[in-house]
Amino acid sequence: MAEPTDRRAPAGPRRILNGGLRYAAMAALAFVLFGVILRLAGKDPLQAYRDIFTSTLGSAYGISEVFVTMTPLLLTALAVALPSRLGLINVGGEGQLYMGALLATWAALRFSHLPSWLLLPMMIVLGMIGGGLWAVPAGYLRAKGIVNETITTLLLNVVAPSIVAFFVFGFWHSPMDTNKTPNFVPAARLPTLFGTRVDLSLVIGVGLLALFWFVMTRTRWGLEMRSIGGNPWASRRNGIPVQRYIVGVMVVAGGLAGLAGMAQVSGYYGVLLANFSRGLGYMGFLVSWLAGGSPLGILVTSFVVAVILTGGNLLQLTRDVPYSVINILLAMTLFVVLARPRFQRRRKTA
Amino acid sequence: MTPLALLGVISSAIFSGTSLLYTTLGEIVGERSGIVNLGLEGVLLVSAASGFAASAVSGNPYVGVLVAMLAGGLMNLVLGYLVVTRKANQLASGLALMFFGFGLSAWIGRAYVGAKIVGLPRLSLPGLSNLPILYGSLLSFDPLIYLVLPTAVLVWWVLFRTRWGLSLRAVGEAPDTAFAAGRNPGRIRYRALLVGGLLAGVGAAHLSIAYAMNWTEYMTAGRGFIAIALVIFSKWHPLRAIVGALLFSGAVAFQLLLQSSGIQVSPFLLNTVPYLLTLLVLIGWGGRRKYAAPASLGRVYQGTE
Amino acid sequence: MNAVSSGVPPTGDGPLLRVRGLTKHFPGVLANDSISFDVFPGEVHALLGENGAGKSTLVKCIYGYYRRDAGEILIDGFAADLRTPQEARRRRIGMVFQNLTLIPALTVVENVALFLPDLPIVMDLPAIAGELEALGDRYHLRVDPWAHVQDLSIGQQQKAELLKLLLGQARILILDEPTRVLAPHEVEGLFQVLAHLAADGLAVIFITHKLNEVLQGADRITVLRQGRVAGRLSRAEATEDKLLRLMFERDFSSLSIDRPATGASADRPILELRGVATEAHGATIALRQIDLKIHPGEIVGVAGVSGNGQRELGDVILGDLACARGSKWLYGKNVTHAAVGEMRRDGVGFIPEDPLTMAVVPMLSVLENIAVTRTDRYALEGGLRMDWRAVRLDAEDAMQQLGFSFSLAGPARSLSGGNLQRMVIVRELSHDPQLIIASYITRGLDAQSARAAQRALLQARARGAAVLLISEDLEEIFLLSDRLVVLYGGRIVGRFRPEETGAVAVGRLMTGSQGENGRAD
Repeated sequence: MAEPTDRRAPAGPRRILNGGLRYAAMAALAFVLFGVILRLAGKDPLQAYRDIFTSTLGSAYGISEVFVTMTPLLLTALAVALPSRLGLINVGGEGQLYMGALLATWAALRFSHLPSWLLLPMMIVLGMIGGGLWAVPAGYLRAKGIVNETITTLLLNVVAPSIVAFFVFGFWHSPMDTNKTPNFVPAARLPTLFGTRVDLSLVIGVGLLALFWFVMTRTRWGLEMRSIGGNPWASRRNGIPVQRYIVGVMVVAGGLAGLAGMAQVSGYYGVLLANFSRGLGYMGFLVSWLAGGSPLGILVTSFVVAVILTGGNLLQLTRDVPYSVINILLAMTLFVVLARPRFQRRRKTA
Repeated sequence: MTPLALLGVISSAIFSGTSLLYTTLGEIVGERSGIVNLGLEGVLLVSAASGFAASAVSGNPYVGVLVAMLAGGLMNLVLGYLVVTRKANQLASGLALMFFGFGLSAWIGRAYVGAKIVGLPRLSLPGLSNLPILYGSLLSFDPLIYLVLPTAVLVWWVLFRTRWGLSLRAVGEAPDTAFAAGRNPGRIRYRALLVGGLLAGVGAAHLSIAYAMNWTEYMTAGRGFIAIALVIFSKWHPLRAIVGALLFSGAVAFQLLLQSSGIQVSPFLLNTVPYLLTLLVLIGWGGRRKYAAPASLGRVYQGTE
Repeated sequence: MNAVSSGVPPTGDGPLLRVRGLTKHFPGVLANDSISFDVFPGEVHALLGENGAGKSTLVKCIYGYYRRDAGEILIDGFAADLRTPQEARRRRIGMVFQNLTLIPALTVVENVALFLPDLPIVMDLPAIAGELEALGDRYHLRVDPWAHVQDLSIGQQQKAELLKLLLGQARILILDEPTRVLAPHEVEGLFQVLAHLAADGLAVIFITHKLNEVLQGADRITVLRQGRVAGRLSRAEATEDKLLRLMFERDFSSLSIDRPATGASADRPILELRGVATEAHGATIALRQIDLKIHPGEIVGVAGVSGNGQRELGDVILGDLACARGSKWLYGKNVTHAAVGEMRRDGVGFIPEDPLTMAVVPMLSVLENIAVTRTDRYALEGGLRMDWRAVRLDAEDAMQQLGFSFSLAGPARSLSGGNLQRMVIVRELSHDPQLIIASYITRGLDAQSARAAQRALLQARARGAAVLLISEDLEEIFLLSDRLVVLYGGRIVGRFRPEETGAVAVGRLMTGSQGENGRAD
């Protein structure tokens, strides 16, 4: 099973400072590289960066937009971090997300007459069930040692959007557009906070992160899970029901990603669009990987990534660069982290 | 169902399957050396975009193909640098490369959306020019299609009949043993990735220059992942990949066939067939044939490499 | 024991390989103590000894796998400073390890081709296959060159490995326990091959602990015991008895330990295995027809050469390995299909042979490692919290009783090997187990730690627990056990009381020289 990914050493103030400096240096390197690309395109990098920061962190609206982008990343990252504690690799967030959105949409369309306090919890539960069920094959096959969960989740990732497209283009499409469902009724929309576009799922997400931290560090199950991740063969002989945990954890993780999917269609979009996710699940994988699977790290990393992505959105609006280009900056940051450059004599990483 | 309709299906499968086959061949080479490229989707996009742009700019489709090949090779070398030299996690590096490809391809292609290019010429097989026009047009293929089968055979031959191929396979199975036999696993993996990238570039070129003859964002529509599934489905064997590519790309064409017989099957559901097939095949192998995958590749999926 | 003079060299030339005074230390143990022996071209030479006698270490030093601490090695009369296996190969020494180095997914030809220095770019595999077949015919090493290694039986894989070495023109062949994984009929085939190789002038060395093989296949025999040469015999001079005495003879009557009677009654066993059998998976061995009873307040020793089912026995009792046949009873309750967790909750403790991979989670803290086998015991509020105070108290209690002391804070991986073992012992004993499976617990430990571990088991016994002591150290078994059984080939082939038998008799059964012998249940 996988080694715990790049776990930062337990905190002492000096270590945190060292780690922070290192990450800052890596971020700086990434920004320089992207700046080179911008320059090649004839744009002024400094102006572009200034725009990114002022538009995102410089205004209340900007910050709220950052939170909007951050929310699904939190959940999909958690969907990766939880199994990673057992040494499982869940790249299936994308598919689980879609299936969660699917089931939630079914409820939204079918029960649109119900009041919000009935409909929303139903959608939340269905969203988690959708994602959870989608993860069952991966968990079961891995527990029985038949197929690796990485492969299973990868394959199912592509199946899910097709199934969603089938329903959207088929039974559910709105009279006006074939590629999306009719808009959700207000009762099916997650309530937003403080007049911004940030919806309740952010609160749920942060709450789940805290729960994750609590379960892993304090409870009996967290101990057993960490034991499996640290040494699965020993854990078997130590009496831990490894197979049961594998399946259970995958289901929960799928549920988390499914919840993210539900939040996307119910909160963010208000409608189910075929292909609404351009890699949210994968981005969650990368966020969790960057953060070493730690809850605090996920919080910080998803925020930073959200800043980049939101800023990119505004770059597009102001500088006629297609939105997708912001992926380059994201990728640069990842490349730099992956390449693990040595800025200073560092003590050992995980 | 008329012979014309059947021919139409086969022709369509061949057209759409060619780019898939090139891409799969490239990925087979890379995975046989022990490296899985989850960013293949991004590689294809960048190659397709640059190839298309080069065709539009130069007016020459062959230039476009060449540029697409180079782009694919370069993208794969980036992966090589991360995974071989910096020893980074393969899955994360691949996904990062995928996002890089999303962005870079959008940027390269932005000026060329909707542009018209001179595509690759379509040639009919000799002796078929006498057929009625409809048949003839279904059976005229561009040079890349004619080359794909020989390419598959060439890849097979190199992998299994040459010293280079043996070394590559040995590295993909047991890098330590290969090292003990005097091979340099790092260098071999770089070369494998380069070749893989060139082949993927050809596949992408076929898509944007010969088949669709345009460029839109995300136009590869998951072909990268289809290829990764196809590699597994064909057990990492170039010749099996030919059959698999036909099967996988035939699914959509098959849907048209069913439609013409009055059976309505959603194209979306048919789209899922390749992946479900692959999954079923994997289950059928039942974990015993775990060593169908190159051994050190298996460790990547396990997380121990 | 007096060394017997060596036999007459078969061909009359000087020795091909000459080892003088080879010494090798490992931390805490002297594996090879000034060993000298000669091997001549054209002979099949057996290195005989029980586990831990130093045979494997010796040949690994010769092969350059380990650096020897002292002594010299001469090949063809010339000094050879073999620092790496590559150098050994260049000096035409070939070694077949227990873990074969062939690549399973490739064919035999491809495996051989990979190592050929002058392989052309376009390979001519049929030509190489032809060479392999010719060699195979010459030495009766017939293997299908086109078969994938993973499809071959282990016996055939071994032949392929030998062919690979021969094609690389090895003149000295070393085989480390080659018959361990072979079926009986394959063993005969192997010795025929070795004889042919020797007849062609090669020097062949093979390591074994099985007497019948030595008497069947070796021209000369060097017996090792506890790191030293105990004797040298030619085949003509060797008898089973003589060899056994060289391997095992030890006077245990002087050993004594305080082993008070615990009033163990023979009619209320804690654990009972009735006709238990397991499946062999790939490399492991199958247990067959195991009938065993262990009573409270007694230590049952399991003697045997490792690899004869010890790990499987421990695992099947614990519940990690399924019973294919038969039944398992704990306190009279049928636990044949119970999960490991259930067994542990019922009071079964397990000290495995390799704590680092089989018992310890290096990433967790020491305290967490101690709690992890009985999370039910320390869970509060239904599992929402853990009672770390209780864990610490139990651990400190056990540590005091056992006389151990190591830090409870900090990650487990910061502990030394000996302390890891102590930690596992503390953990298992701190939960008041009624049945303890102790598997090679003193392996790799220095004398002081080993004595502490043994004392711990005796303490548990005094408290009324039952102990299954699996060990390869006969001295330890004779010292601690109330009863002992001998495990060979997955079966129990002998049952004794220590005071009624001796090392040689037990050794006889351990090396498979005889069938069932002596019963003391």
